[in-house]
Amino acid sequence: MEYRLSPQQEMVRDTARKFAREVCEPIAAEIDKSHRFPRETFDKMTECGITAVGFPVAYGGTGLDKLAQVLVTEEIARKCAATAAIFSIHQGTAWTIHLFGTEDQKQKYLRPLLTGGVIGAFSLTEPNAGSDASNVQTIAVEEEDCYVLNGTKCFCSNGGQAGIFVILAMTNPELKTRGISAFIVEKGTPGLSIGKTEDKMGICASDTSELIIKDLRVPKENLLGKLNRGFNHALASIDGSRITVAAAQALGIAEEALDLSVQYVKDRVQFGKPIAVQQGLQWYIADMKTRIEAARSLTYRAAALVDQGEPYATLGAMAKYFASETAVYVTNRAIQLHGGYGFMRDYPLERMYRDAKITEIYEGTSEIQKLVISREVIGKIQ
Amino acid sequence: MKIIVCIKQVPDTNDVKIDPVTGTLIRQGVPSIINPDDLNALEQALRLKDSHKDVHVTVLCMGPPQADVAIRQAYAMGADKAILLSDRVFAGSDTWATATILAAAIRRIGDFDIIFCGRQAIDGDTAQVGPEIAEFLDIPQITYVRDLVIKGSTVRAERMVEDGHMVIEAPMPVLLTAIKELNKPRYPRMQLIYKAYSPEADIVAWNNGDIDADLTQIGVKNSPTNVKKSFVPVKEKHCIELTGTSRAIATGLVDELKKLHII
Repeated sequence: MEYRLSPQQEMVRDTARKFAREVCEPIAAEIDKSHRFPRETFDKMTECGITAVGFPVAYGGTGLDKLAQVLVTEEIARKCAATAAIFSIHQGTAWTIHLFGTEDQKQKYLRPLLTGGVIGAFSLTEPNAGSDASNVQTIAVEEEDCYVLNGTKCFCSNGGQAGIFVILAMTNPELKTRGISAFIVEKGTPGLSIGKTEDKMGICASDTSELIIKDLRVPKENLLGKLNRGFNHALASIDGSRITVAAAQALGIAEEALDLSVQYVKDRVQFGKPIAVQQGLQWYIADMKTRIEAARSLTYRAAALVDQGEPYATLGAMAKYFASETAVYVTNRAIQLHGGYGFMRDYPLERMYRDAKITEIYEGTSEIQKLVISREVIGKIQ
Repeated sequence: MKIIVCIKQVPDTNDVKIDPVTGTLIRQGVPSIINPDDLNALEQALRLKDSHKDVHVTVLCMGPPQADVAIRQAYAMGADKAILLSDRVFAGSDTWATATILAAAIRRIGDFDIIFCGRQAIDGDTAQVGPEIAEFLDIPQITYVRDLVIKGSTVRAERMVEDGHMVIEAPMPVLLTAIKELNKPRYPRMQLIYKAYSPEADIVAWNNGDIDADLTQIGVKNSPTNVKKSFVPVKEKHCIELTGTSRAIATGLVDELKKLHII
């Protein structure tokens, strides 16, 4: 089995690594503390084409390459998970338009997302519709030339910063999930306003906002994909984006936490010796590394399946589930290895521990991933 | 305007160690990068391309086949054309031989207004290749450039020296060597990384058959440099303690400074 990166992917990874080290890392602690959205970083990402990685050349992208998206997200997450969240969720929105947009929609919306510095946001979640998306209460009523949307969305990542939104709403409430449709909405459209910005435990520099939708008139040509098929479109899109948004992000956080830990146990002297000589701590390191490598194998393989045009939903769910739990496990252990220093805000580990937690929750919780996996494995029960 | 940028692939010295027995660099397992000063030269060429009409940037790199990644990275930063000079007869060339080869390649390219090199490579620190190319081609050179303005058919450069800078104007064609104060190099553009590995990229490999460098002047056998020993210089400090009365100390200090020809 061939298992190596192409020279292009290696150069993409090395460039992203340098970018993360030079642009993201120096401000990671500051933007976490002040909850400041690093708009300037997003602009620099656009400038060197990071936002365009993995999308078709016809819309300003590099060419399809899911694994490259994973590599970039991973490298950025190592240095700043919040920036990785902003970037990968932006790409997830673009991915939805790439999968289901018409040629006109792609020219009009995908291109500015990839090369124009416009940020994307995807909004499905509502106060009463999280894992159970069938309970969406935002309504879209068809009129002659448009759909009129009313409702409230919550926890919309990038919401307060986005220029282009993909918003899901009920076009036929009786049909439940088979009555949901997706719409592309531009910032500034009358009827769309940003509500509360959430104060989060982790990825604090990313923006998570409420969307207040009141008599929002969306032109008919902005229906994304097929009428009443929005939920399926959303699932298909999330199947792909959870490999980057959650799995690759988690992988990056975990790798950095391990690197910091390995350095620390070699440098830290207690009882007259570096603590790395303690077998109990060596075993921690072995466990951390083993889980990281397993998470990497799942994540890269899931991305490779996308690139090969093979079914990837189940492996993607496994990658997301395993990598996110690995990130929480590894950052927890890393703090333990650092002792009191790990608990202090002067060190990046407490931030990474807080940041890791979200990867178990967004893009489908670990529990939802297990549902996806078990349904595929067990099949229909008579 | 036609600009040729000479780059070298070097081991990343952040990771490099010197073999204490042989005195040579341990290159095994060390990642290779484009020499940092050369990136400043390339960046300035690309800035001229961004700000002036009809600027064409060619990147020239002598090295083993592995240096392919360096020229593709330079292409991904925005160069129009990249040439890898690779041939067994080039192997082991010192600065004289390398400059001979690069000058031959530049003659083959023919048309140029500016040749841009980095000040020096981090694996050798000689700072000789750029000036030698200028001598071989018999064109003016301005080294240690920290700022640059193009005025018609001349360049005006600020040349950094130890205690200040000189402003020097020279007609084109001219050779310039860049220092890190000149600019901050850009990142490769992701779209161009993929283009750099596609057939449409203007990237070629030349051997000595293409440039016809003088075989009596190149390669390890014809390199006049003889490395006796490589080592990291050890900084030594000598302290002399002067004691006695203030007058005796002052007199002693004056005597010592005179001995060192400081006063």
